[in-house]
Amino acid sequence: MQVTMTVNGDEVAAEIEGRTLLVHFLRDQLRLTGTHWGCDTSNCGTCVVWLDGEPVKSCTVLAAMAGGHEVRTVEGLETEDGLDPVQQGFMQCHGLQCGFCTPGMMMTARALLDRNPDPDEQEIREAISGQICRCTGYATIVRSVRWAATHADGVQPEPVGSTS
Amino acid sequence: MQVPAPFEYERATSVDQAIGLLERLGSTARLVAGGHSLLPMMKLRLANFEYLIDINDLHAELGYIAVEPGQVRVGAMTRHRELLESDELVAAFPIFRDAERVIADPVVRNRGTIGGSLCQADPSEDLSAVCTTLDASCVIRGPRGERVVSMNEFYRGPYETAVGDDEILTEIRLPIRPGGSSAYYKVDRRAGDWAVVSAGAALWLDGGLISDARVGLAAVGPNTTGIPAISEALRGSPPSEDIYRRAGEIAAASCQPVTDMRGSAEYKRHLADELTRRALRTAVGRIAGGSRPQEEG
Amino acid sequence: MTTVTAPTAGRRPVDKFDDNDQKPVGHGRMLRKEDPRFIRGMGKYCDDFQLPGMLHLAILRSPVAHARLVSVDVSAAQAHPKVKAVITGADLAEKGLAWMPTLSNDVQAVLATDKVRFQGQEVAFVVAEDRYAARDALELIDVEYDILAPVVDARTALSPDAPVIRDDLDGKTDNHCFDWQTGDEAATEAVFAKADVVVKQDIVYPRVHPAPMETCGCVADYERVDGKLTLWTTSQAPHAHRTVYALVSGLPEHKIRVISPDLGGGFGNKVPIYPGYVCAIVASLVLGKPVKWMEDRSENLISTGFARDYIMQGEIAATKEGKILAIRTNVLADHGAFNGTAAPVKYPAGFFGVFTGSYDLEAAYCKMTAVYTNKAPGGVAYACSFRITEAVYLVERIVDCLADELKMDPVELRLKNFIRPEQFPYTTKTGWVYDSGDYEKTMRLSMELAGYDALRREQAERRRRGELMGIGVSFFTEAVGAGPRKDMDILGLGMADGCELRIHPTGKAVVRLAVKTQGQGHETTFAQIVAEEIGIPPADIEVVHGDTDNTPFGLGTYGSRSTPVSGAAAALVARKVRDKARIIASGMLEVSVADLEWTKGSFHVKGDPGSSVTIQDIAMRAHGAGDLPEGIEGGLEAQICYNPVNLTYPYGAYICVVDVDPGTAQVKVRRFVAVDDCGTRINPMIIEGQVHGGLTDGVGMALMQIIAFDEDGNCLGGSLMDYLIPTALEVPDWETGHTVTPSPHHPIGAKGIGESATVGSPPAVVNAVVDALKPYGVRHADMPLTPSRVWDAMQGHPTPPV
Repeated sequence: MQVTMTVNGDEVAAEIEGRTLLVHFLRDQLRLTGTHWGCDTSNCGTCVVWLDGEPVKSCTVLAAMAGGHEVRTVEGLETEDGLDPVQQGFMQCHGLQCGFCTPGMMMTARALLDRNPDPDEQEIREAISGQICRCTGYATIVRSVRWAATHADGVQPEPVGSTS
Repeated sequence: MQVPAPFEYERATSVDQAIGLLERLGSTARLVAGGHSLLPMMKLRLANFEYLIDINDLHAELGYIAVEPGQVRVGAMTRHRELLESDELVAAFPIFRDAERVIADPVVRNRGTIGGSLCQADPSEDLSAVCTTLDASCVIRGPRGERVVSMNEFYRGPYETAVGDDEILTEIRLPIRPGGSSAYYKVDRRAGDWAVVSAGAALWLDGGLISDARVGLAAVGPNTTGIPAISEALRGSPPSEDIYRRAGEIAAASCQPVTDMRGSAEYKRHLADELTRRALRTAVGRIAGGSRPQEEG
Repeated sequence: MTTVTAPTAGRRPVDKFDDNDQKPVGHGRMLRKEDPRFIRGMGKYCDDFQLPGMLHLAILRSPVAHARLVSVDVSAAQAHPKVKAVITGADLAEKGLAWMPTLSNDVQAVLATDKVRFQGQEVAFVVAEDRYAARDALELIDVEYDILAPVVDARTALSPDAPVIRDDLDGKTDNHCFDWQTGDEAATEAVFAKADVVVKQDIVYPRVHPAPMETCGCVADYERVDGKLTLWTTSQAPHAHRTVYALVSGLPEHKIRVISPDLGGGFGNKVPIYPGYVCAIVASLVLGKPVKWMEDRSENLISTGFARDYIMQGEIAATKEGKILAIRTNVLADHGAFNGTAAPVKYPAGFFGVFTGSYDLEAAYCKMTAVYTNKAPGGVAYACSFRITEAVYLVERIVDCLADELKMDPVELRLKNFIRPEQFPYTTKTGWVYDSGDYEKTMRLSMELAGYDALRREQAERRRRGELMGIGVSFFTEAVGAGPRKDMDILGLGMADGCELRIHPTGKAVVRLAVKTQGQGHETTFAQIVAEEIGIPPADIEVVHGDTDNTPFGLGTYGSRSTPVSGAAAALVARKVRDKARIIASGMLEVSVADLEWTKGSFHVKGDPGSSVTIQDIAMRAHGAGDLPEGIEGGLEAQICYNPVNLTYPYGAYICVVDVDPGTAQVKVRRFVAVDDCGTRINPMIIEGQVHGGLTDGVGMALMQIIAFDEDGNCLGGSLMDYLIPTALEVPDWETGHTVTPSPHHPIGAKGIGESATVGSPPAVVNAVVDALKPYGVRHADMPLTPSRVWDAMQGHPTPPV
């Protein structure tokens, strides 16, 4: 069957099966591999993307269901203006190690801050409680989100490249 | 990752059109709303359907929380998140916020619906207990029209409801009676886990005496989403620790929990007792002091 | 959730941000060099690779734990229009590939031929055009099993009437895997016989699983004209894997390229070679196309390398004043159906010998029996540091039991018995030489950060009110950095690591490592190690690792060995380069080498700081025109293979505070204070991250994680719905501190930190819960301490989990 949707602002049309999962559509057909998968039972959250602005587990959404709707992935966080404060916060506060859960965490964090620009620690922990990280122990993720909340315009120069 | 077997995808544009599709396609078709019960089962190939009828577009028609004199009507497509965030709903029925805070996780709650949860009828699922506790009725529509059934009639057992193959649950009606409040307690091994045991309680006072009390449990066996024996035992008495203890004992005696990885039968029975007491105590406290998000012990 | 409200004393405000962007030229806080790609979703993990013509492999697995394989009918699967091949054990047996060696010198079935020996064991595989078709085709394979009684309880594995699992081994008539012992049995018995106090306790460390967020898998691409196999794979040890593939497949080693791309966590799960990798290689060889195999989560949990599963009996002997004299233990080790433990050959029980802990003992003895059961193979995984998690759990639990018996404060008991600083290097009664330590200092810092005395006062107050608050202490000494090649090898490959450093003409550098990061930050920390020695900023040092074609040989990353072994290699190779640079500088400045002084990044003439050359100047000179000093060749690079002289011994003092709801028995971890000593600290930001992650493991194992089986051998932990991993709501904001006691034998004094917190935290949490239940007279309760199991303990019948 045919499906049309908007992904990171671009209209996309493709041929899928009825059963094609959104996560596979994004990764395998659109080659947007920033969204991951890590389980079979909708528990891990490495697949979180936005559907019409809300975080969803894309392993439990059919690509067909997203037809006619707007999808945003981690690849859509950075704009011409630069990295999202959430992305910067994760770097500044060591909110990632292996990076596998990170896209999902950042998408949820961005959605949280859009609705609640000043969440406290408990609110942040609750917001990410449907997503698992094996590396960080969560405290640095909380800090990363707090950094983004307190540096909403926070455009720190990106720490890459040669210093000389 | 595991993936479902092949099926045809249909998208419903209206309730009646969904019913028409169900009529035409029969038991080879299944409605999918949030999909977070159905799709995982299909990925594990525990359930296979030839057609999935996507009813998410029906959120426009069936996603609402309408507070009216004497009742609250909740559309079946209302998402868990909407139930959690509704201040109007929590004002009338604090039990909903208590329960929704601990149903699944925040991301899943963006998709899952009350209709989906009730129709899935998982024995560990919380909203069946919540709705039974609140003496809800369910509106079911099919090719032959609409009918209204009580929660007792709706919920028939594990994974079994009164909704026929060609019917759709459209609305849940929650009666508002004065002088009452409600609460929900759930014990799980970890956030987002199924309940080890949950208990919901709703209680109404008249002149300082319990005019009615309802308790519903989850995850402790059949026929426990509502426990009439507790209502009978509590009516007419003033609320007291003694009364809560009596209710707890009846709850424990009424359930048939099984030992599994979540807990031993003995422990679950103890929780049925303990959580019933807490739910009643909190509900009473809310009638007295006004409802607040669950913090009281 | 528990409804006890508790004060939040001692926690730092969540908006107090460390300045992690200090750009040190060497050690210090710096942001990670690898982050820019990950935060953009541009990490490249195994499943992200798509090659032209790539096919997909799916594995059919046994639904039962123990059965004879009667028949496998693949005809319907082969007829599926999108299926390219279906391979069975019989097909592999024709090529001599049905069995493969394990890392413990046992053999493991690639695809079952005679029997299946654990639920989830590989039986056949299909290769199809896409991953959905591959899954569909699995359903079309018809297998007939003749079910046999399984061995599930390790305690029954050696009963005379137990079914024999390993009848594939010649002459095998029982389920005995190996026996092992360490220490002095007679001396220990003598000490126990005379001791005032002897405490005995059965302690189980249940089976758990590392469950990294990315499952295991690979893309195998055999190019038949060149005869070259390229394997992108989730491997923590690419070189070791390559050598094993060469030995197993008959493909020459120089024609095999193993590339570990970005890994989504490892934790030991990605050390073994799994049948799925071999299947993908075979498929690519047969079909001449790239073949991808990515396991799903249930495959990962049910069939890949598990961790722990030790049934231990601990005994501790002491004087009545609380001087610990000896520790003795009897262990039953469940190794699953094949012995697949990744452990150095001479250490079948890994480094379990450090069960003597951090204490000065007169004697110690361990006797262990390992058995086969009808479960997945494994045992050494999940940050165990080769069974040190088990050893530390045993000793820290039994020491607490002794404290309970003596009615002594558990910290006081430990302080009384620590190995003292002047005793280092300290040889334990089981032969391990601890390199350095100042244990009391670390313990006291932990107490200070926790406010230990105030906590005990608070506990007394709460107990009077009927509340259940617990304070748990754990002090651990790790042994990491395997290891000297004369003692340690895996499958005959010595555990020394190579490292190569080259400085380019413009003064930038590339360092090539033998280890492979799975999130630990090697691309940053190794640049920092080199920067510290050579004075080139870390941003100018490219770290290359994971690809056998362009990195030196080494045994990989696990057992916290990267910093102790490869880190040492990196430091030493940088010094070698610096030594050459010094000679070149002497030529440039026209002085003798002895007249030069090094200030990080440049050489200057003693007494004349204006007369200097930077390392960048030297690099250009090394590649440029003009003569170099006599005997010096052009270029500025070096290569080294570092053979460690000993392991390193990081340690730590942990204090955990819990509150238990008396009505529901739910445990809430209120606080966790962790003070670690890993010697020289390369990047404090990264160290803290490593500790935080490990502490979360401890909470998970202590309170909720277990891979359980029913009596038919069905795995009950086969999904993340059943195998529970902590979320952000189950753990507190971690409170960390540090002391620094360098390793005397390590070139930069660093000891490694990767697994410390996973080792030290489970006993801290369990000790805390047991402490909370003191009013109920509970001395011990086994993990996982789920609410139901805590309640059992409160009722007076704590039960082991297996």
